[in-house]
Amino acid sequence: MSRNIINKANIICIGCPKGCRIVVESENGTISQLSNYSCPRGKEYAREEFINPTRILPTTVRVSNGELPVVSVKTAAPIPKGLLLSSMNEIARIEVKAPVSIGQIIRKDLMGTGVDLIATTTVARK
Amino acid sequence: MINHDLVIIGAGPAGLAAALAAEKNGVKRILLLERDKYLGGILQQCIHNGFGLEYFREELTGPEYAHRFIEKIKKSQVKIKSETMVVNISQDKLVTAMNRSDGILQIQAKAIVLAMGCRERTREAILIPGTRPAGIFTAGSAQRYVNLEGFLPGKKVIILGSGDIGLIMARRMMLEGAEVKAVLEIMPYSSGLLRNQVQCLDDFGIPLRLQHTITRINGLKRVDSVVISRVDQSLQPIPGTEELIDCDTILFSVGLIPENELSTGMGIELDRITGGPIVNELRETVLKGVFACGNVLQVHDLVDYVTEEAEIAGKAVADYLKGMRVKREQVLNLLPGTNVAYIVPQQIAYEQVDRKRVKLFLRVRRPAEDVRIDLIAEGEKTILSYRRSIVTPGEMVTFFLPEAIIGEKTAYIKVSVEKNSREKEG
Repeated sequence: MSRNIINKANIICIGCPKGCRIVVESENGTISQLSNYSCPRGKEYAREEFINPTRILPTTVRVSNGELPVVSVKTAAPIPKGLLLSSMNEIARIEVKAPVSIGQIIRKDLMGTGVDLIATTTVARK
Repeated sequence: MINHDLVIIGAGPAGLAAALAAEKNGVKRILLLERDKYLGGILQQCIHNGFGLEYFREELTGPEYAHRFIEKIKKSQVKIKSETMVVNISQDKLVTAMNRSDGILQIQAKAIVLAMGCRERTREAILIPGTRPAGIFTAGSAQRYVNLEGFLPGKKVIILGSGDIGLIMARRMMLEGAEVKAVLEIMPYSSGLLRNQVQCLDDFGIPLRLQHTITRINGLKRVDSVVISRVDQSLQPIPGTEELIDCDTILFSVGLIPENELSTGMGIELDRITGGPIVNELRETVLKGVFACGNVLQVHDLVDYVTEEAEIAGKAVADYLKGMRVKREQVLNLLPGTNVAYIVPQQIAYEQVDRKRVKLFLRVRRPAEDVRIDLIAEGEKTILSYRRSIVTPGEMVTFFLPEAIIGEKTAYIKVSVEKNSREKEG
């Protein structure tokens, strides 16, 4: 019989200021037990955060010929947390031409996530 | 001289929402004065998400939150003068301002809303010894450089203060390729939102050093290192705990000061703790017809509450101009009791017209779990209690004062946050 990989992870819940340190125990990557949570929302958060932690990535993109040198952008939906730094490297290579308007798609399907990078503000032409 | 019914000082989130609420309630001839080129105030540089969860029930970035109000302002009759600096307001509401195209302006207002916001405390305000090299910034000015001007202020960063701006900038500098060596916090807990502690520090493995401060800054032309020390319970550095950390940049996130020079100049009394004007439930200062809202009144942790406060002030202006409100015979004072740093508003000054209750905001001095918010009338009589599972200084606590209590004959109501005893609640 092959040996099971048993893992214990601590996840701080961000649902409220209490910040429960929820313990997630897993066997071969599947959650076997959740403990130390104090509400159902916390339990659900810990489950999601264990299986697939995601974040919205807000940053800026270079603008040419704009009133400002950069435009603020964000991923239109959360992307996997593990892709944040590699996405930043990708985004660093983008330059857009002014004018840029709020909601405009700056990069479609960022890093193959299926999520678009969109402008969160408007930058007029210089 | 120009005449306006309402002059609003500052077009950040507070000024914008106050203008819209005033117009919605029938105020005409509104003038909005802004010293920056753009509307939206500090929101424009707060490019991170997390705004609007309370007010819009969706998660927006700062510029997106501002945009919603700016679009409405553009469609309104509100007159805007940007790049205009207000230098004085007299007690009889004569506003003196200046800009490049008009020169000096004299504007007579019938009502005024103060919405100047706040500014950051600096290194000088907390007296850290050492040399005075380049590379020392407040977290907010670094944020402006990175997010609006496209500069990275440094590569190896130490951040002093774990308030939200410090935490947000730790992540921002990290994402832009800088190394964030540590975030130092003099208190035994972070004053930032928990969400930010997890998503800005833990996500990137940035250490949070609680009960630590900078005790020396080294470097001649540019910062080259700092000495940090552990502090004792009275926040004094403990000799022998010094550590030298190599860095080229220090960001200070050590608190915000409401910007009230115009307010004090016109004789408005400030609350010693909030640093903002003392106001009644309409957000009216001690001067009749002069209102205050947003971070100039109290430093908020969520912009959503700023909007809510500004809408109260904007509506109050409409009522004031119509002469709709009647003052109470005696002002009801709201006094901070045990573990309460401050309460806003500080007073209930008007008779009720349409309200059933008044929403109050308080900030606690220390974190505590399983507590009661006790409303105590004259004679130490507890008239109402609310339970909260947790309170922290970093998150404003909201609760309600019912009209029935306001109507009682008491000159003050003291609010205390007490540990919940095991006894049965009365």
